[in-house]
Amino acid sequence: MEDYLSLFIKAVFIENMALAFFLGMCTFLAVSKRIETAVGLGLAVVVVQTITVPLNNIIYNYLLKEGALWWIGLEDHDLTFLGLITYIGVIAAAVQVLEMVLDRFVPKLYNALGIFLPLITVNCAILGGSLFMVEREYTFPESIVFGLGSGTGFALAIIALAGVRDKLKYSNVPAGLRGLGITFITVGLIAIAFMLFSGIQL
Amino acid sequence: MGNYKSTLLDPLIDKNPITFHILGICSALAVTSRLETSIVMSIAVIFVLSMSNFSISLIRNHMPGSIRILIEMTIIASLVIIADQVIKAFAYQISKQLSVYVGLIITNCILMGRAEAFASKNTPVKSLVDGFGNALGYSCVLIAIGTIRELVGTGKLLGFTVLPVVTDGGWYVPNGLFLLAPSAFFLIGLLIWAIRTWKPEQQEKD
Repeated sequence: MEDYLSLFIKAVFIENMALAFFLGMCTFLAVSKRIETAVGLGLAVVVVQTITVPLNNIIYNYLLKEGALWWIGLEDHDLTFLGLITYIGVIAAAVQVLEMVLDRFVPKLYNALGIFLPLITVNCAILGGSLFMVEREYTFPESIVFGLGSGTGFALAIIALAGVRDKLKYSNVPAGLRGLGITFITVGLIAIAFMLFSGIQL
Repeated sequence: MGNYKSTLLDPLIDKNPITFHILGICSALAVTSRLETSIVMSIAVIFVLSMSNFSISLIRNHMPGSIRILIEMTIIASLVIIADQVIKAFAYQISKQLSVYVGLIITNCILMGRAEAFASKNTPVKSLVDGFGNALGYSCVLIAIGTIRELVGTGKLLGFTVLPVVTDGGWYVPNGLFLLAPSAFFLIGLLIWAIRTWKPEQQEKD
């Protein structure tokens, strides 16, 4: 149990998707202008990440890994090179299905997430989560915890940045640095703050 | 002919994908802690972007609009798999250091951005030039940042000592911050500042 808690804390704070691995930067910078939209996107990332990472874990362990096809009698096949195209397909499909399910059963949440759901397919944090899961050889329960943790970490970071940018509107920034430039430097400072968590073990 | 030239050269500074369009930042930040990885990543992106632009443009008149993005994704993913396998075969150590970031070229927004904005409307050769130019603009930023980070962070370039560090009896005290994540944000922020001061028309209005 403690392993899982430790993994969760690590995924949220120490190995934060956005601030330590620079994943999902495009959306991270583009959607952090207002707090409400940042919350919406953060929520969508948590949901999609928690679904796709375990899903890809199953596919990797039972279809793609070397010798994973033992259950249909193909023992020495290695399909790992198909990984990338499979994961992105799974992510696209999962997002599509999730969109339809939400539209049908929870229209309120569907409207709140709005355009962010389809955007998530091309968010590197999602694909990155699956790739890290493969690289670090997480087991199935670990992959659920990792998916939830990394999604939460991304949501936390984007909401924090949106809060800072909201206040930043009242500052007099040098002309050339306005907009994107100052945002980068802000993110750098937030990343330094998040580095304080490194070394924490539970 | 002048048309091709501007297609090729515009993305280098005036419309640089990273500093102007804010595309493809994830990998730009993550692989630049060493120059070697930056160069390998640049080559991979140049290959994938040129080829994806070219192939998408080839079939642009035969793609049904509704599944356009799906087809583009598949083409890009296949090209990235080729790049990934080649790097694994010929530069295994570097592929370990690049970790997941080669795979993440798939979700690099430059690829989808150029495919949608340019390749789906222009002829194959022109799209090839556009893809090459954009990838080159991306590489310029990557290599510039990679050079600064490796030089200031370790005193070396591509593994060769440039500034002899104190631990080896030299004079240079390496600045460890430049090897860590935040420095990449600062450097890109400063780079954007420099470019926008030089070319004021790129400045954002509040």
